[in-house]
Amino acid sequence: MSFFAELEHFSANTAAIDAHGTPYRYGELVDAADTFGRALQTDRKSLVFILCRNNIETLAGYLGTLRAGHTGVLLAANTDRGLMANLLELYRPDFIWGPSDRGGDARFTWKGYALSAGPSPREEAIHPELALLLSTSGSTGSPKMVRLTAANLEANAQSIAEYLALDETERPITSLPMNYSYGLSVVNSHLKVGATLLLTDASIITRPFWTAFNDLKATSFAGVPYTYEMLRRIKFFTMDLPGLRTMTQAGGKLTPEFAREFAEYAAANQLRFFIMYGQTEATARISYVPPEQAVEKHRSIGVAIPRGELRLIDGDGNPITQPGVDGELVYTGPNVMLGYAQSSADLVKGNELNGELHTGDIARFDDDGFYYVTGRKKRFIKIFGNRVNLDEIEHYLKGRGYVSVCGGRDDLLCVATTEPGKVDEIKKLVTATYGFHHTAVRVAEVAEILKSASGKIQYERIFEGMLD
Amino acid sequence: MENTEKLRQVFAESLEIDKNKVVDSLEYNSIPEWDSVAHMSLVAAIDSAFDIMLDTDDVIDMSSFGEAKKILAKYDVEF
Repeated sequence: MSFFAELEHFSANTAAIDAHGTPYRYGELVDAADTFGRALQTDRKSLVFILCRNNIETLAGYLGTLRAGHTGVLLAANTDRGLMANLLELYRPDFIWGPSDRGGDARFTWKGYALSAGPSPREEAIHPELALLLSTSGSTGSPKMVRLTAANLEANAQSIAEYLALDETERPITSLPMNYSYGLSVVNSHLKVGATLLLTDASIITRPFWTAFNDLKATSFAGVPYTYEMLRRIKFFTMDLPGLRTMTQAGGKLTPEFAREFAEYAAANQLRFFIMYGQTEATARISYVPPEQAVEKHRSIGVAIPRGELRLIDGDGNPITQPGVDGELVYTGPNVMLGYAQSSADLVKGNELNGELHTGDIARFDDDGFYYVTGRKKRFIKIFGNRVNLDEIEHYLKGRGYVSVCGGRDDLLCVATTEPGKVDEIKKLVTATYGFHHTAVRVAEVAEILKSASGKIQYERIFEGMLD
Repeated sequence: MENTEKLRQVFAESLEIDKNKVVDSLEYNSIPEWDSVAHMSLVAAIDSAFDIMLDTDDVIDMSSFGEAKKILAKYDVEF
């Protein structure tokens, strides 16, 4: 059975409406996807870089690649040149599907996109089950990828469609990019039920977004914490949005006051507000708070999605069975990735996790079985919903010759360097390379990198003065 | 004239771009520096520099430097 076989059942439904207002039926989308699939070489399983925008070309390329049994890699179309060159060298794709203006010899074109051959396709084989690679950090272009199967994608889409109670009358507007696991989960879960995607790249703080929202009668949108902060600033609570039914939030922890505000607003206006939690390593979604409990449980990440299971373990790996006790959050379910990939050599690897994901998040549960994330085991922060590995940035800066360490909190990356007079230079390099806004990055010069007696870097002491 | 310079300075600082790049035709999303995050930082900087509070419509309509001047005129900022 081909990937998302149910698409064919909805052939007369409208699958998507693009930014120009042009509708595409499911039948047309499947035809476009399968035509694209035939343009890919067939004598071996191929790797296809898909340069994503929220448009019909990206959607057809993604579905076509998977339906033809090849492996897709979803990347932002505006990925920094240097990062893209690095990814091309590490993964050596057979094909690249992207905007036509990228240039190069096109083997196949459709609308504004062209298919070209990769500069130096790899020799290593691809595991038969491997369907998709997603970056662990969303749009920042980290070369570390999550390996997903078609079954992962289908299972997660099914679970999401169930707890959101989606049907074919839904019209979600694409407020997040498709190369981001959360954005992709919106696409997959709605295609599963024959709903209509409203495709736009416009940001929620621009007129084109709200024009599309109202003209095309959007029923839902998805947002990371920063989306909700922006919505507050543009007085979302005073907007007249008659078609809106559902708001979902994931991609990091929303400030409890904001979570409560949105939950109360939703309750008072017959809207559903879903606070959710997940990781790209679990395709996207792991848990959710049922909307009728959103006000009461607004600090919670909720309960496991259908067919998934959450539990906690202590430092020795033993299960925690008491409410209110912190431990590492472990998720088990059919949407857990095969494992990570760092380069093309990893594409042949099989299932290394066997359905069990150690999330790296520290959590506890309450008497009702609702989970609460209280900390993180791993050294990463989220910048506007995208995961940023602090060790990776440290490593990158070291590679560029800067002695420095990284720390911070969500939406604020801090770098401490012992290099004299290099503060501005480092800040420019980090903001340009990773695409962070300058207000999200602080760099300071320090006399020394503080270490404990045992030689461990004392991140908390180094960054305590920079975090205010 | 003075306010044009002031607004140009606010744009240059919030978007972290050279001041001479700030011209009427400079549009949202036309450069990587002016994305949604920068836009919110720009709005906050304009609010504080001119001691105003931009409305929803004005925040989402502020799609270029030229447009920003027109919008500010509604708040009695003279150009």
